[in-house]
Amino acid sequence: MHTFNKLALAVGVSAMMAFSAPAMAAVDLSAETRAYREFVIGQIDELEKGTRQFAEALRAGNVAEAKRLYPRIRMYYERSEPIAESFGDLDPRIDAREADLEKDQIWMGFHKIEKILWTQNTTKGTEETAKKLLDDIKELRAKVPTVEVTGELMVQGAVDLLNEVSTTKITGEEEIFSRTDLYDFRANIEGAEKIFELLKPKLKEKDAKLVQTLEQRFAAVNALLDRYKVGEQDYKPYTDLSEADTRQLAEAVNKLGEPLAQMGVLLAP
Amino acid sequence: MQASGGATRRQFLKQAGCLLGGALAGVPGMAAASTGGKHCLADVQYPFYGERQQGILTPQQSYVYFLVMDLAVEELNVMREVFQTWTSYAAQLTQGRNVRPYGENQFVPPIDTGEADDLSAYGLTLTFGISPSFLKKLGLQKRAPKEFQDLPLFARDQLRPEWTGGDICIQSCANDAQVAFHAVRQLVRVARANVTMKWSQAGFISADRASDTPRNLFGFKDGTANANTLKEPEKWLWVSEPDWLRGGTYLIVRKIAMHLETWDRTSYREQVRTFGRDRATGAPMGYGKDEFEPLDLSRKDARGQAVISEDSHSALANATGRQMLRRAYSWSDGIHPRTGQFDSGLLFLCYQKSPQQFIDIQSALGNVDRLNEYITHVGSGLFACFPGVREGEYLGQRLLGA
Ligand code: HEM
Repeated sequence: MHTFNKLALAVGVSAMMAFSAPAMAAVDLSAETRAYREFVIGQIDELEKGTRQFAEALRAGNVAEAKRLYPRIRMYYERSEPIAESFGDLDPRIDAREADLEKDQIWMGFHKIEKILWTQNTTKGTEETAKKLLDDIKELRAKVPTVEVTGELMVQGAVDLLNEVSTTKITGEEEIFSRTDLYDFRANIEGAEKIFELLKPKLKEKDAKLVQTLEQRFAAVNALLDRYKVGEQDYKPYTDLSEADTRQLAEAVNKLGEPLAQMGVLLAP
Repeated sequence: MQASGGATRRQFLKQAGCLLGGALAGVPGMAAASTGGKHCLADVQYPFYGERQQGILTPQQSYVYFLVMDLAVEELNVMREVFQTWTSYAAQLTQGRNVRPYGENQFVPPIDTGEADDLSAYGLTLTFGISPSFLKKLGLQKRAPKEFQDLPLFARDQLRPEWTGGDICIQSCANDAQVAFHAVRQLVRVARANVTMKWSQAGFISADRASDTPRNLFGFKDGTANANTLKEPEKWLWVSEPDWLRGGTYLIVRKIAMHLETWDRTSYREQVRTFGRDRATGAPMGYGKDEFEPLDLSRKDARGQAVISEDSHSALANATGRQMLRRAYSWSDGIHPRTGQFDSGLLFLCYQKSPQQFIDIQSALGNVDRLNEYITHVGSGLFACFPGVREGEYLGQRLLGA
């Protein structure tokens, strides 16, 4: 969250921003933006499916299954954050962390369930929250197609995904009870990489060296993350990483972030 | 306003005219700092190109931002490009300009980070150095002069790995802290893919007049003996071999914690005995009237005791017969989390013709220096600073050139 407030704004306001007036994108990105919209819809479909299973596991009192599902289904949300988080009312209901709460705000969503599951090792008290969460995700699914996806949203979204990693994932403040931060971390990177992949052909025409740099930097971050992989789909607890490990990850992300922002060359008039 | 590479203090005084007068007397809160609405040091500017790198002989500015980096990419041609870019960036920044003009495309981040957009040069200097590990990583160890080796461990060293070593350093000095930081930020940003930041330290040191020796956080004038060093710069300062370093110099940095609370409990007399100099005037203790009087270590009192205590910092350093150019800055980084004391000290920066000068002096200070009780060395680095750059060349060209 947080880092996306400005994006939420950009989605609605970009068209009227004074300085962007002459900046009509010269490159036609309609195919790319369409493909990205479909990608996000696909992710939210999976999110809805996964959340339904998650809610069932919670209702059935199956702690182990719920814990297994939790980090995996969150990845669909984290991957599609540039759009998923752009609904200012829904995001706090789905993804608020305890530390994000304002005075008198009622806590709901994923992280509330996370806290109960991991600190009390029970599903008791999660059922209602899970039901509400599923409703909110259904609402999200319904709203996603209404977002107008632009090239600017994609570029800024990729950068914001990286920023999110730098500011809240590296510090380990996203999943303070489950310590499943590395799932979110990977999903954010994948979300950014998806955008890069979609823009790549056009980007190559404009700046082949940038494409090459970005391929290397993504590979470097992914190779580091692979070290902490367990089996096909899972990751070690974030607390297993030493300070040197996290610093190394942080640096790899920074080295990716700078050139990633240069994808904006595509949007030059 | 421009000053030549080896600007003397007197030249500097003339440029920064406000230091001599120019004060808007009587305007509360508007002390010496304003001439015609602009900060009097704003337009001080040192040429980037010249025989020597700036920031060594340059009259000491009030602020430093010192950064040490490691190589992220161990390829010579990549580092050559980095130093080429840094050369052109530094040539702009030191003249009070942004690294490049802003572009038209508003969909990419601005080319300059912008916090110095409305700031002039403020005497900014950027000084670049490389370490023995830099040469090793790039397969250039054969080019390393034999004295260019990691420093030995000294008595009482408490060096922390995170503040020790590193491949490249940039010393950014200016009369404005924001200008000094801005410059380093641009240089790192453009090279981010190829270097990794290791540690940095911001520092400050001030005097009313550029001709005054500034005081460190122990209240003593620090830098007096530089006058001796500068009488024989070829002997003490400038390297003559190998070719790539001719006209350059060795920089040694020590991050030294100073235990202010302990010091502040120390009597005036003991403070004087610690440095071997009078605190008020900076003159040799016991007999001196003037700061720049020579230290006479052989002078005895009526009972046959040395007038300047033999285990004082100045006496021990001076007795080695070695000199160096010191250009240290104080730092103060909040409250130490474990001790609850000021987390402060000296970013000790010194320049010399051979690292051996530092080794000899620091070895002499060893366990005996009275000052040791109040300080702890926690970080260290040795760097070779390239000679100056002529227009059309780039930093380190004689080392990195194809
Ligand atoms: C926190 C640590 C230190 C403090 C506060 C300090 C302070 C001082 C002061 C006040 C003086 C006398 C005035 C002057 O000549 O500048 C002095 C002299 C000197 N210091 Fe230090 N110093 C420190 C560390 C060092 C270190 C690590 C070295 C080198 C290994 C060093 C080398 C010298 C030399 C060469 C002189 C001049 C001696 C002479 O008169 O020939 N100092 N220092």
